[in-house]
Amino acid sequence: MDMRRRYLVDRSVRYLLFFSALISLFIVFMIGLFTLREAWPAFREIGLLSMLTNSEWRPGRDQFGLLAMIAGSVWAAIGSMILGVPLALAGAIFLAEVAPVWMRGIVRSSVELLAGIPSVVYGLFGMVVLLPVIRKIPVAGNTGFGILAASIVLAVMILPTITNIAEDAIRAVPREYKEGSLALGATHWQTIMGVTLPAARSGIVAAVILGVGRAVGETMAMIMVIGNSIVLPRPLNSNPLTLFLSQARTLTGNIAVEISYATGLHEDALFATGVVLFVLIMIINSSANLLIRERRR
Amino acid sequence: MSEQPDAVRSPEHGPWGRTNLARRHLTERAAFVLLWVAGGAAVAALLAVVGYVLVQGISVVSLDFLISPPRGGLAGEGGISTTVITTVYLVALTISLAAPLGIGAGVFLVEYAGEMQGYSGLIPRVVTVARFGVETLAGVPSIIFGLFGYALFVSALHFGFSLLSAGLAGACLILPVIIRTTEEALRAVPRSYREGSLALGTTQWQTVSSVVLPAALPGIMTGIVLSVGRIISETAVFYVTLGGSSRAPTSLLDPGRTMALHVFYLATETNAFQKAMATGTILIVSIVVINAIINLLTRRFTMR
Amino acid sequence: MRYVLVSILLSASMLLAACGSPATPAPGAGSEITVAGSTSVQPLAEVLAEAYMGAHPEIRITVQGGGSSVGVKSAAEGTVDIGTASRTVKDEELGEFPDLQVFTIARDGIAIVVHPDVAVDGLAKDQVKGIYEGSITTWSEVGGPDAAIVVVGREEGSGTRGAFGSLIMDDEEFAMVGTAILQPSNGAVRTTVSTTPDSIGFISFGYLDESVKAVAIDGVEATAENALGGEYPVVRPFNMLTNGEPAGAVKDWLDFILSEDGQAIIADEGYIAAQ
Repeated sequence: MDMRRRYLVDRSVRYLLFFSALISLFIVFMIGLFTLREAWPAFREIGLLSMLTNSEWRPGRDQFGLLAMIAGSVWAAIGSMILGVPLALAGAIFLAEVAPVWMRGIVRSSVELLAGIPSVVYGLFGMVVLLPVIRKIPVAGNTGFGILAASIVLAVMILPTITNIAEDAIRAVPREYKEGSLALGATHWQTIMGVTLPAARSGIVAAVILGVGRAVGETMAMIMVIGNSIVLPRPLNSNPLTLFLSQARTLTGNIAVEISYATGLHEDALFATGVVLFVLIMIINSSANLLIRERRR
Repeated sequence: MSEQPDAVRSPEHGPWGRTNLARRHLTERAAFVLLWVAGGAAVAALLAVVGYVLVQGISVVSLDFLISPPRGGLAGEGGISTTVITTVYLVALTISLAAPLGIGAGVFLVEYAGEMQGYSGLIPRVVTVARFGVETLAGVPSIIFGLFGYALFVSALHFGFSLLSAGLAGACLILPVIIRTTEEALRAVPRSYREGSLALGTTQWQTVSSVVLPAALPGIMTGIVLSVGRIISETAVFYVTLGGSSRAPTSLLDPGRTMALHVFYLATETNAFQKAMATGTILIVSIVVINAIINLLTRRFTMR
Repeated sequence: MRYVLVSILLSASMLLAACGSPATPAPGAGSEITVAGSTSVQPLAEVLAEAYMGAHPEIRITVQGGGSSVGVKSAAEGTVDIGTASRTVKDEELGEFPDLQVFTIARDGIAIVVHPDVAVDGLAKDQVKGIYEGSITTWSEVGGPDAAIVVVGREEGSGTRGAFGSLIMDDEEFAMVGTAILQPSNGAVRTTVSTTPDSIGFISFGYLDESVKAVAIDGVEATAENALGGEYPVVRPFNMLTNGEPAGAVKDWLDFILSEDGQAIIADEGYIAAQ
């Protein structure tokens, strides 16, 4: 009897667990379904091409061009990469190769803590500290709000992601590579630059791409410091670098700021924004996964 | 070039008479200095942000701040009691929704359909598809979960801006985390445990429930604690599903405001930056505690 | 195959359970009132809610934002008991939701505010229009120092922006200058203006405080008296909307708001009485 009961329990549990496993797939399906369903009227009436190339977003006039927002997201991500990637990689190399054990603990704990801080706190810090500082840069049209502020905030936010994964990639390089190089008379640094890093290259690139994905997906901190202006970012004067002082709006910010105000076609257009964002991030993540898989071969 | 002995004038010597080796050592030292600066910079960034928030906020944090409700108003009067309550409710709700599903999914993917079982045919296909689902879900930006939550729970199912909508959306958000950590934890359990149990004549479920799961528990708990941290920090999802009400919710259908959201509202709608910093301080302290718990659990996990 | 069948069964039962979830109650049923909509109306609604709940502790009123358009829609669809809007309800909206009942509970002025350090105390309506169109870009053009004007505004769905548009820009759907910083609520605009030098913005009267300076428009100060007297040009209605005739607690609260006591509170808060 006991045997039969145990068997029954075993069977039913098996079904239950199968069901749980499919849930995540179900949820992805649902998210895709609903977002597309809400976005479809926008795509049908406005047209995907028009949304991707029109730089005017004026819901009151039925203008739903996302170009300015795509540019905003892209420039903010680029800015965060310029600021964050060298620092993060240097940090990863430091942790994996150079740091003594006691320093490793401190730096790693710091990085972990940075990873856990809520994005609103970064946004708050950006608003209160970064904006007034950036505003001091003497360029006409500089309000403090803009891509530079966003890039700094994002760079700090993606630092832990990139450092962690890159460090893993560097550590995974076989010891024989390093030992061979050192045996040939190379210094530690030469080994790192000439052997270890190239060997860890795909893992490092994957780390960077994942960090960028995170930067593109960030919402709340962006709303607080980037200005949310619907304008194609462009240099404020003859110096091309002042592009980073321009205000902008990200795809994520577009959704969050307007969702509570939108009805009808406007609301559908925001879901379409979500679809564009989703696709953008999927492209970014897929390239990361492809590179990781290549590394395993 | 002055008169130098032959020994010095060899291929390794550069024009200034130093050895090639010395030059490489110099480069290395310079590079390592830069690396140390980078490592220090990470710590510095942390100190700057966290330090500033803590210093600005700590003066406002008091027992009164914690137990009095926000009275709204344009100067952000009041404390944060209701937001703390809402955060706790929300964490409890999301975990109770996502943990059973997530752990169940992890158990299935590893124990019943994983490499150990050696199935062929449909099952591995299903597993690949399910894994793809988890990977995709993990990469979705949080605002999309918010949009989805808004479309499905708030609008279509008429739950409105409520704990329920936010809890469901949040559960979707943390599901991949729980599934992944459960899988890792289960995989780390040695095969011999399972083989030994099965050899004694138990069913698979008995093996899993009495032997494997307890062994994997610290790892699974890590995943849950990670999710708690994620929910506490998360803003975008709840911004569009929870509503902005500053009252404590008394039912699942009541709107509310988490601490993270409160920081956002304080920062953008009022001039009460110090109170925002103070709320941020409470948040940071919670995260530090959670990180410490995770480290403790991980240590127990790896020592087994 | 059996696994898939069982999964379908389980999903179906879950969906059924979800559909059996609380249906939207008729406005006024029970002792809870949900209010959502304009962020301009929100602080006033919260004060009115507090006052009413003080006398009637068994009633619970929750107030949220979301914007005037959301207020109209949520009320019409029954997602909330009362929707609020800080503008007149559009004809298209009335056409789409014929059962909508509109109650004007107050009127509100929109103040043009600048950063406290800006040395300008008054502007002509056309100057404000020029600034927001982008044709006027420095404070020196309107009597101030030589500094670039930082324009702060609201989202297109905002009732405040719509009212500002029709009353100052002569076009409800006006095109704001591209470099304007856009914020999602009155409070956010005020915070931005108060912390950003050389900035200008527009906010509801109810949000005025010392952190920003309100400028006179065409010589008229932005005060409740001037708005009541009709001299201040930028005034719009605060509307509360219900789907169908209100009943029960909702009706009682609305009656309270429209009564002398309610209107007195509204005047205290710096708004203008309804009639």
